[in-house]
Amino acid sequence: MNTSFLQEARLKRQIWLDMLFRGMTRLSAFGVLALLVAILGSLIIGSMPAINAFGFNFLTSAQWDPVTDEYGALVPIIGTLVTSAIALVIAIPVSFGIAIFLTELSPRVLRRPLGIAVELLAGIPSIIYGMWGLFVFAPLFADHVEPWLNDHIGVLPYIGPFFSGPPMGIGILTAGIILAIMVIPFIASVMRDVFEVVPALLKESAYGLGATTWEVVWKVVLPYTRIGVVGGIMLGLGRALGETMAVTFVIGNAHELSESLLMPGNSISSALANEFTEAVGELYTSALIELGLILFFITFVVLSLARFMLYKLGQREGQST
Amino acid sequence: MMNLYTRRRIINVIGLVVSMLAMLFGLFWLCWILFTLLDHGLPALTMSVFSEMTPPPGSNGGLLNAIAGSLMMSLIGTLIGTPIGILAGTYLAEFGQRGWLAPITRFINDILLSAPSIVIGLFVYEVYVVHVKHFSGWAGALALAIIVIPIVIRTTENMLRLVPNTLREAAAALGAPQWKIVNFVTLRAARAGIITGVMLAIARISGETAPLLFTSLNNQFWSSDMDQPLANLPVVIFQFAMSPYEDWQNLAWAGALLITLSVLTLNILARVLFRQSATTH
Repeated sequence: MNTSFLQEARLKRQIWLDMLFRGMTRLSAFGVLALLVAILGSLIIGSMPAINAFGFNFLTSAQWDPVTDEYGALVPIIGTLVTSAIALVIAIPVSFGIAIFLTELSPRVLRRPLGIAVELLAGIPSIIYGMWGLFVFAPLFADHVEPWLNDHIGVLPYIGPFFSGPPMGIGILTAGIILAIMVIPFIASVMRDVFEVVPALLKESAYGLGATTWEVVWKVVLPYTRIGVVGGIMLGLGRALGETMAVTFVIGNAHELSESLLMPGNSISSALANEFTEAVGELYTSALIELGLILFFITFVVLSLARFMLYKLGQREGQST
Repeated sequence: MMNLYTRRRIINVIGLVVSMLAMLFGLFWLCWILFTLLDHGLPALTMSVFSEMTPPPGSNGGLLNAIAGSLMMSLIGTLIGTPIGILAGTYLAEFGQRGWLAPITRFINDILLSAPSIVIGLFVYEVYVVHVKHFSGWAGALALAIIVIPIVIRTTENMLRLVPNTLREAAAALGAPQWKIVNFVTLRAARAGIITGVMLAIARISGETAPLLFTSLNNQFWSSDMDQPLANLPVVIFQFAMSPYEDWQNLAWAGALLITLSVLTLNILARVLFRQSATTH
């Protein structure tokens, strides 16, 4: 009688502890959701003064004048988009090559160390890239590459104006190139993981039919992993859009809209990094916070698409096995 | 016929050579950046870097207060972020099979994982710094914790999923309640992987600059008061590197070398640890 009563009490305690533990984990998971809502909410509240003052004009105006309290986000938005675009144009083919090398070509002995080297490159803090860009890359770029661009590409019709300008070494193009160096290892390691999903059977069948390595990559691996590859690129894009330190060092921080990629410009994140702590006045601060909100929105959309595509690839992998 | 074969072969060779060049291109930057760091950083890395405070321009000094501040904030950020991350990751892997919460959390976590860190700095500024009206070490630690959480969630979930179900079933068959199964069987089996995740998270936050700009800011003097602006390596590097003074720039290189070395060491350690545990299982 007594023992069964005791047992029942112990059982009850365990059930209670179970519920407590489960509740704690559930609460933490819920916390992630709450965090996202809180970030969005606080950014929206913080940017309310600017939204009220400028409305949609904020997105289309190129004015940025703390003296007259006139703010428009066009210059930083374009700067962010253009630097990321330059980064992707360079990074996609290079990362693709690296991923092919790592999955198809590399001798077995080298595969692991090289893969690790790429991942380590992805782990280097972005401020290091920025410093290296400012002190090492930008001077070399100004002395050797930009004059050449001016002389050879700057004189061409249509694309010429983009590549002519004073060779200062600091500007949109430099920022884009540094970003590219930064996202290459990132995209390459996602692509490599994605390529490894391809069943060996498929590849071996193609080789068995006499396909060359290049044909296997181009006609078997790539079609099979297309969604995943795009997802990886979008992840890299998300990274490039939000990158702060690597860009801030070399973009020049000028609120000017210029046709030339050699001219200094600004991106959303570098405007924030440079001006936020020095911003005086409610409207100035709030305009900067609205910039942050825009950045968060853009990256949110890009990253959602990326994840969606990678999930799709994962589902397909599940089906084929 | 012959023509087609040669063409295919030539295309193949070109493609392969180009992808090899891409690999070299990638490694080239890694070597160049590391070389620059060693070249500029090693001469600047003297004993006084570890024993003196950040100097005013034109005089000698070190990075002691910045190193201490970075260590403190990273430590507290990790201590706040890790338990939340592990609990939420456990929910996703062990309890979230049904219902709406797990898939949505997983999706949002993946987005937070690569969300721009400067926005997280803005967020902490809005919800904390504005209300206490001054920059502080706590705010910096909080921002870092928010960066740690998604990384730990991700690795915890992945590692728990690798634990074979037979272990859970064996424990359940012995009559263990669920909290004991998770805490003493599955989490324990996944321990090495989770520690790896935490180490990677520490590596990530030790180089983060953007979120600290609006939260802990900087402090030129020695301070261990978390409620005051706190010096930290990344922000000091940023300010010193952007300055026109050569001795400040040299200190920035020393700091950059320190951060990179610790990040690389953490990354490599995490890998070695994970690999060892993977081979012993």
